[in-house]
Amino acid sequence: MDKRDPFRHNVLTSGHRACSGCGEAMAARMVTDLIGPDAIYVNATGCLQVFTTHNQQSAWQAPWIHSVFANAAAVASGVEAALRAKGKETPVVVQAGDGGTFDIGLQCLSGMIERGHDVLFVCYDNEAYMNTGVQRSSSTPHAVRTTTSPPGRLSQGKHHLKKDVISIIAAHHLPYAATATVAYFPDLKAKVEKAMTIKGPRFLHILSPCPLGWEHDSALSVTVSRLAVETGLFPLVELEHGELTGVMRLAAQRPVEEYLRPQGRFKHLFGSKEGAVELRHLQALADARIRRYGLLSADTEWDTESVAQVQRHGRGGYVSAPQEMDDER
Amino acid sequence: MKKLLEGSQAVAEAVRLCRPQVVAAYPITPQTHIIERLAQHVADGELAAEFINAESEFGAASIVLGAVAAGARAFTATASQGLLLMTEVLYNIAGMRLPVVMVCANRAVGAPINIFSDHQDSMALRDAGWIQIYVESNQEAADSLIQAYRIAEVCELPVMVCMDGFFLTHTFEPVDLPSQAMVDGYLPAFRFARTLDPTQPMTLGGGSEADNYQEFRVAQHHTMENAQTVIEAFDADFGEQFGRTYGGLVQDYRLAGADTVLLGLGSLMGAVRDVVDRLRDQGQAVGALRLRCFRPFPAQALIEQLRAAQRIIVLEKAFSAGAGGIVAIELRAALQQAGITTTVDSVIGGLGGRDLTPEVIEAIIRGAKPDEHEATCRFAPDHIAPDNINSGEASHG
Repeated sequence: MDKRDPFRHNVLTSGHRACSGCGEAMAARMVTDLIGPDAIYVNATGCLQVFTTHNQQSAWQAPWIHSVFANAAAVASGVEAALRAKGKETPVVVQAGDGGTFDIGLQCLSGMIERGHDVLFVCYDNEAYMNTGVQRSSSTPHAVRTTTSPPGRLSQGKHHLKKDVISIIAAHHLPYAATATVAYFPDLKAKVEKAMTIKGPRFLHILSPCPLGWEHDSALSVTVSRLAVETGLFPLVELEHGELTGVMRLAAQRPVEEYLRPQGRFKHLFGSKEGAVELRHLQALADARIRRYGLLSADTEWDTESVAQVQRHGRGGYVSAPQEMDDER
Repeated sequence: MKKLLEGSQAVAEAVRLCRPQVVAAYPITPQTHIIERLAQHVADGELAAEFINAESEFGAASIVLGAVAAGARAFTATASQGLLLMTEVLYNIAGMRLPVVMVCANRAVGAPINIFSDHQDSMALRDAGWIQIYVESNQEAADSLIQAYRIAEVCELPVMVCMDGFFLTHTFEPVDLPSQAMVDGYLPAFRFARTLDPTQPMTLGGGSEADNYQEFRVAQHHTMENAQTVIEAFDADFGEQFGRTYGGLVQDYRLAGADTVLLGLGSLMGAVRDVVDRLRDQGQAVGALRLRCFRPFPAQALIEQLRAAQRIIVLEKAFSAGAGGIVAIELRAALQQAGITTTVDSVIGGLGGRDLTPEVIEAIIRGAKPDEHEATCRFAPDHIAPDNINSGEASHG
């Protein structure tokens, strides 16, 4: 018997305990509403698990399971295997943060993809261990201030580069992997919908700003994630079977400073000689990503269906650069 | 019909007869023959299951967790380092009250790395909330595996069947494999109430805090305690249906009139029974008691069997460094609570695969010193030539 409340259709309901402006809550709401309640959700330990299932309460209106931090992809593998054995085709979706994806969960994720489980793995990347109070992860970008990568007399924040996880995932030659942000909903929607039409392991990497950890105004979460794309620091791409099949082209490149300025986690870089070096480094990283993915190439003509989707929806996202967008058209 | 089977083969056949839908494992000596045989059964179409080659034991435990939560009967097996790598997930399976069944092919824990048998691995998981059944023979391994699924699914508790690596897993014995119809008659199809299902959406593994966490743990404890009755009943029922029974929680041997009782676990008890026979022939009042179910700890059953003993020796293949024999410590506490003052002589031996020969066991019994209350434990002597077994001194090595 179907015991769901016919008047409530959201998978993730209101009343959860996310901070105001939480990019992860926004992204999870978008993703789970697109997939719907006829799916099984497996969650890694992290903010999303904590703020949705606090102390015997639950904000989930779909079957949802959390086990431990590192094992979400393996639990999902088991769920999917059980469904296959029972002849059911219920979609299985993993939700994890960057810790549960880039770091502690990477081994189980790699195993899940290698074995070809029919699971969509969604990483909500807020670039640090926010649930435990903003400690650096391997997703934290270069030079960011966290509580475990503090700037000091001898340091300008995190010393290491953000792990290129989408390339690691793509190297498994899985059917579909893509990046997205909460700032471009049509793009995100197209990618979730596309992922749900494909059998096998799929991976979505969604940049999800954290006002608490990134130290920006909670009203700016969408703006900040849009700037991450427009500066080239977070390219929106699609990869199929390991090959790049789609990018969201940029109408124009914005300087990284526009992205860094509103965020307190980069504040220490402004006003010192050492900080200026790191700012140049961050700009160089953005430039390199733009070159690597051809984000500014006017003649980028992709001819696969997936790329057409990204370009169609991606162009709708060029809201902050209307003139350049018009020129492009 | 009896077949000559390696312990690993026997237990794998029992798994097949229980019809798991998901088998997940990561290879580790001495568990490998179990999962190799199951992989072959799946490849040959003799077992209709998803066989998942996990990327680690941590992954294997997580896969069976997910499979059972999604309503499938599941199986995994491991040993030693693999069991310890599973630790976080095993606690989680127990806390979520998922009826997972696994085999631990008991092996020593490094360092130093050692692939041979002792009980340190599963003993280290004694507080994880898993029922633990230590088997003595290949036949008992197969039969206990079948019992384990029924116990797990009725109690909603995970069960670990512990069988000695090599001594059982790699040793051939005649095993009577039951028919599929007999197993189907004993073990009902798996029906799990808390299954992940979109038509009845449930949240599994959500948060809990100080105002209710303890209640979850208390319920877990009470269910574990009550599982003693279930384990005894299902072993007895197994006896009625299959003609074989293992004493439920504990199995006694020549305890009538025994003033010295040796308590132990697992495959070493065959040798212990031979020693008991030999000493009985010499007129000594010696008996043996096998602890089959270590978790839940059958304190009452042990007290009843040991009440009359004047000397109790616990011989075990694991210990808590700096504290002594784990079973001995728990037995001392149980006896003390019951007002029984008999000294428990804690002897550790058979570590890392070392043989506990009848000669060594006899020397241990002869060397028991019931008056030394201050000693935490002593260690079994090294190999003793059959000629020297009458020297009590040999046991102090």
